[in-house]
Amino acid sequence: MHATQSAQDLAPGFAQPPLDAAACFRAALQAMARPGTVHSAAPAGVPSGLSPAASALALTLLDHETPVWLAPSVATETVRTWLAFHTGAPVTPRREDANFAIGPWDEMAPLAEFAVGTPEYPDRSATLIVEVADLGTTHRLTGPGIEDTAHLTHPDPAFARANAALFPCGIDLFLTAGDRLAAIPRTTRVEG
Amino acid sequence: MPADPASNPADDPLIRARQDWMSVLAKAPGTRLAAVMEALGPEPAHSWLRAPEFGAVMSRGRAGATGAPFNLGEITVTRCSLRLEDGTVGHAYIAGRDADHARRAALCDALLQGPRAAELQATVIAPLRADLARAAAEAEARADKTRVDFFTMVRGE
Repeated sequence: MHATQSAQDLAPGFAQPPLDAAACFRAALQAMARPGTVHSAAPAGVPSGLSPAASALALTLLDHETPVWLAPSVATETVRTWLAFHTGAPVTPRREDANFAIGPWDEMAPLAEFAVGTPEYPDRSATLIVEVADLGTTHRLTGPGIEDTAHLTHPDPAFARANAALFPCGIDLFLTAGDRLAAIPRTTRVEG
Repeated sequence: MPADPASNPADDPLIRARQDWMSVLAKAPGTRLAAVMEALGPEPAHSWLRAPEFGAVMSRGRAGATGAPFNLGEITVTRCSLRLEDGTVGHAYIAGRDADHARRAALCDALLQGPRAAELQATVIAPLRADLARAAAEAEARADKTRVDFFTMVRGE
């Protein structure tokens, strides 16, 4: 039976949902408030195809009111079943409907389709959870929340500059690698 | 949603059977479920997908069972999901705050999908179903004593 087969793949989520989700939310908040800082988060169970940090962010940030777009390589039956069971978030095939997107950077294009918010409601924008192999230190970050400079590898610095020009609109990024996560919000300037 | 009747989960006989036993497990008193499950021997090992948690569900009713639906009130619900060592997943939703009842119901739901299904049907589901039928018949008999049949005398003609 197909339903039983996919149920057998089902991994657990957070071991202690209230405490673990609060800890992950704190990590996400710190990462966004201090761009370039690296935090860690990992749930007890991770579906194959997602990193522990991306899984933890999904469990913490997604619910039935947040449509999520999944990159083709992430949108497996295992991941869909796991997200549906633990978060209830609807998976949308349309980038423009998504509050969140999960996947590697090169599958996110065309990025222009993601919502950037409106001047009245800049919060109505998409947050991308980008799976990378390594968080890196290639680029220099400056801007709000960074006292001097911070270093992180942005998957596409040209996009970061175009995105920053949209302020107050724009897209925010979480970068996830293994159980480590960092963030590059729309206010951060990315150089070199 | 496609209008293909074959894709409607409610038409799947496996799902109907599962809805039926989950209903029996949820409606049975927690202590009674624990008592009949003793015949199964030690509880099989399992891990939590979702540990028992309490929530509220709005229950709705229809006046006379046919009127417009209205919100009757919220009831407390406990739900949990677990996985046996062979990967079978069991779910339970029960009214109230009895986490042990929810755990036992989810265990039975998982076991009823596996090789011990016949044993479970005989030792757990059948006696609980008989209890529920008896309780329903008793309630009906009590209500029947106070039945009032209204009728109107036909005038003239």
